[in-house]
Amino acid sequence: MKHVLTIENLQVSVEGKPILRGVDLEIKHGETHALMGPNGSGKSTLGQAVMGHPKYEVTGGSITLDGEALLEMEPDERARAGVFMAFQRPVAIPGVKMADFLRHSTTNVRNPERKEGEDLIPMKDFRRELKEKMEQLQMDMEFARRYVNDGFSGGEMKRAEILQLAMLQPKFAILDETDSGLDADAVRLASESIADIGREKMGLLIITHHDKLLVHNPPEFTHVMLGGRLVETGGSELAEELHSNGYERIRAAYPEAEAENAAMAGQ
Amino acid sequence: MTQLGFNTEDYQTFLTGRQEPEWVTAQRTSAWQQFSDQAWPTRREEEWMRTDIRLFNLDKFSIPTVAGTDGIDAIVPLLSEGVELGGTVHSHNGVCVTDTMDEDLKQKGVIFGSLDSLVSDHSELLKGILLEKAFDREDRFAALHAACWTGGQFLYVPRGVHVEKPFHVLSSLSDGGVDLGHTIVILEDGASAALLSETARASEDAESLHCGAIELLVGDRANLRYVNLQNWGQRVWHFARQKAVVGRDAQLQWTSAAMGSRVSKVNQHVVLDGEGARSQMNGVLFTENKQHLSYHTQQYHKKANCHSDFLYKTALQDKSHTVWRGMIKVDEGAQQTDGYQRNDNLLLSNNARADSIPGLEIEADDVRCTHGSTSGKVDEEMIYYAQCRGFTRMEAMRLIVTGFFQQIFDRITIDSVRDALGLAIARRVRDYE
Ligand SMILES: Nc1ncnc2c1ncn2[C@@H]1O[C@H](COP(=O)(O)OP(=O)(O)OP(=O)(O)O)[C@@H](O)[C@H]1O
Ligand SMILES: [Mg+2]
Repeated sequence: MKHVLTIENLQVSVEGKPILRGVDLEIKHGETHALMGPNGSGKSTLGQAVMGHPKYEVTGGSITLDGEALLEMEPDERARAGVFMAFQRPVAIPGVKMADFLRHSTTNVRNPERKEGEDLIPMKDFRRELKEKMEQLQMDMEFARRYVNDGFSGGEMKRAEILQLAMLQPKFAILDETDSGLDADAVRLASESIADIGREKMGLLIITHHDKLLVHNPPEFTHVMLGGRLVETGGSELAEELHSNGYERIRAAYPEAEAENAAMAGQ
Repeated sequence: MTQLGFNTEDYQTFLTGRQEPEWVTAQRTSAWQQFSDQAWPTRREEEWMRTDIRLFNLDKFSIPTVAGTDGIDAIVPLLSEGVELGGTVHSHNGVCVTDTMDEDLKQKGVIFGSLDSLVSDHSELLKGILLEKAFDREDRFAALHAACWTGGQFLYVPRGVHVEKPFHVLSSLSDGGVDLGHTIVILEDGASAALLSETARASEDAESLHCGAIELLVGDRANLRYVNLQNWGQRVWHFARQKAVVGRDAQLQWTSAAMGSRVSKVNQHVVLDGEGARSQMNGVLFTENKQHLSYHTQQYHKKANCHSDFLYKTALQDKSHTVWRGMIKVDEGAQQTDGYQRNDNLLLSNNARADSIPGLEIEADDVRCTHGSTSGKVDEEMIYYAQCRGFTRMEAMRLIVTGFFQQIFDRITIDSVRDALGLAIARRVRDYE
C-alpha cells in the first residue's frame, strides 16, 4: 500500500485569527507537489499545522497519514510517524551540538517505539552515516560540532535542514522555502540533493518562490494558495507560469480569496 | 562521648579535646567570643534581605566530635569516577574517615589530607595563614566556623611542583549531621594542581548543617583548577565563605556547581593580588522544590593588568529561588583591568524566581569591565523544533537545559566533572507545561 497524507477541509487560526479557510490536499508517497502563493497567503501555516505547532489552532477539518489522525498526535509522534518539515526559519538551540541532536533525533524517528533513556544508535554507525551524508551535501564535518542553527548563516541553516531530511528519511516532507537564502551554486546543490534524497522516495510538498528547486524536482502537481485557500491546482506548467508572470492572473480570478489575503496581510 | 552543644561549657570541653597548637586555640577562642557576642544576621542587612533563616535553629545540632559511620554506605561520589587521583579525603559528619595520598607526591613535598591532623603536624606552615589570608570573619556564621571547624582538608604544593593527578575531597552528611569543614589550599610560586571537591548526602531528607569555608592561596605563576560540587540533600542549611587570593601571573579556574541544600548563603570572593593574575569563575546552579540559593560574589582587582571572568548559569524548577549579587571591584591602582561578569537564568516553572544583581565599583580609570544578566523561560519554539525532529517534550526540555549549561561545560577541562554534572542535571529536569 502506498502511504498517503490527506488534508481535508483544514481550517487553522493563529491567536484567534483565521488563516487557513478550508484546505484540501492529498499527497501520495513518491509524488512531488509544489505549493506556491503570495507572501502571507498561509503556506507556512499549512506546514506548521501538519507538524502540530501549538500556536496554530486547528478549528476544523482533518489531517491523516494512512488513515491515522495526525491531529491527535504530539509533534514528536508525527515526526516518528514519518512526517517532516524543513523550516522556513529554523530555531537555534544553543549549546546542543548538531551531531548529538541528530543522533538522538535519528534514533527516535527510526525506532518510533523507543522509550526515553533507551540506547541511541551506535556512535560508530551514526558517525559513518552522518559523514557520508555531509559529504554528499558538501558540508564540512566541523559543522556537526556546531550548536544547532546557532549563528548559522541563512544558507547554512537551510543546508542543515536538508541534512536532517537526509538522516531522517521521512515518508512525507514539507520543504518550506528551503531554497531561499542560498546562493546560485548552493541552490543547485540543494535542488540536486533533494531530488537525490527525496524524489520518488518520499511524498514532497515544496513551498517555493523560485523555480530552481522545481527544475530539479518537477512537480506532478502545483497548488496555488491565496487567502488561506488552495484556489488552483495544475501540473508543473502552472508553477512555470506563476514563476514567469507572478500572481496577477490568480488575484484577478479569485477576488474573494484575494480580499481575504489582503485583509490577513493588513491585520 | 556525649553530644556537645554550641554553648560555652561544651565548647570548653571541645577545645580541650582538640589538643591543637596554641595559636589555633587562641584563634578559636577569639572567634568563639565573637560568636557569643554577635546575633544572627537578619533581613535588614543587604546580604540577607532575600534569604530567610528564621527557621534555622543551631540548638538542633551539636559540635562534631567522633566519626559516626551512620549512613555512610549510601554515599556515592560523582566527580572521582574514572579519574586517577593524587589523593582523597573523605569526611563524614564533619570528621575525617578516609585520608590517602600518593607516596611519590609526598616525596616531592606535597601535603594533602585532613586538616584536623595536619594543623598540628604543619603548625609553622599554617600559622598566620589559616583563617587569616583568605577568610573574613564577618558575621556570626563565619565566627561559628572559625571557632568550631573540624575535619577539613589541607593541600600544599611546594614551589614549582606540578601535580597532574587531581586530588579529591568528599564531605558527606547524614541526618542531624554537622559539617564545619575548612578547606585550605596553598600553591607556592609556580606550582600547579587540581582539586575536585564535592559534598554528598546519606539521604535526601536528612536535616543537617554545613557551615564551612574555603581558602585558596595561589602563589605567583601558580595554576589551580578547583571544582566544587555542592550536592547536599534538600534539607541542609549551607553557609559558606569561599575566598581565593591569586598572585602575580597566576591562574585560577574555579568551577562551582550547586544543586543541593534547603538554604544556601555563599560568599565567593576572588582577589587578584598580583599583576597579571587571571581568574575564571564558572557556576552551574540547578534548583527545585523550595530551595533557596543565594550567592554573593566578588572579583576584586587589587593590582594592574589582571583579568577576571565570571559566568554563572542557573536553571530553576518549581518554587525555587536564587539570588546572585555580583561585584567587580577595581582598586585605584589596578589599571588595565579586564573584568567580566555574567549571570543567565533559565526559569523552568512559572513559580521560580531568580534575582540577579550585578555591580561594579571602579576606582581606576583605564579599565574594561562589562557585566550582564538574563532571565527567561524555556523557549517553546525550541521545544517544538526538537519535537518536530522526534524528541519527546521531556527529552527536548532536557536537551535545552543541558544546552543552556553547555557553555560552562565547554570550559571544564576534566571529563569526569563534565560528565557527572551533565548527568546529574539532566536527571533532575522535569516537565512543565
Ligand atoms: N506564529 C504566527 N503568529 C502570528 N501570525 C502568524 C503566525 N504565523 C502566521 N501568521 C500570519 O498568518 C498569515 C499567513 O502566514 P504564513 O507564514 O503562513 O504565510 P506564507 O504563505 O508562508 O508567507 P511567505 O511566503 O511570506 O512565507 C500571515 O498574515 C501571518 O502574519
Ligand atoms: Mg512562509
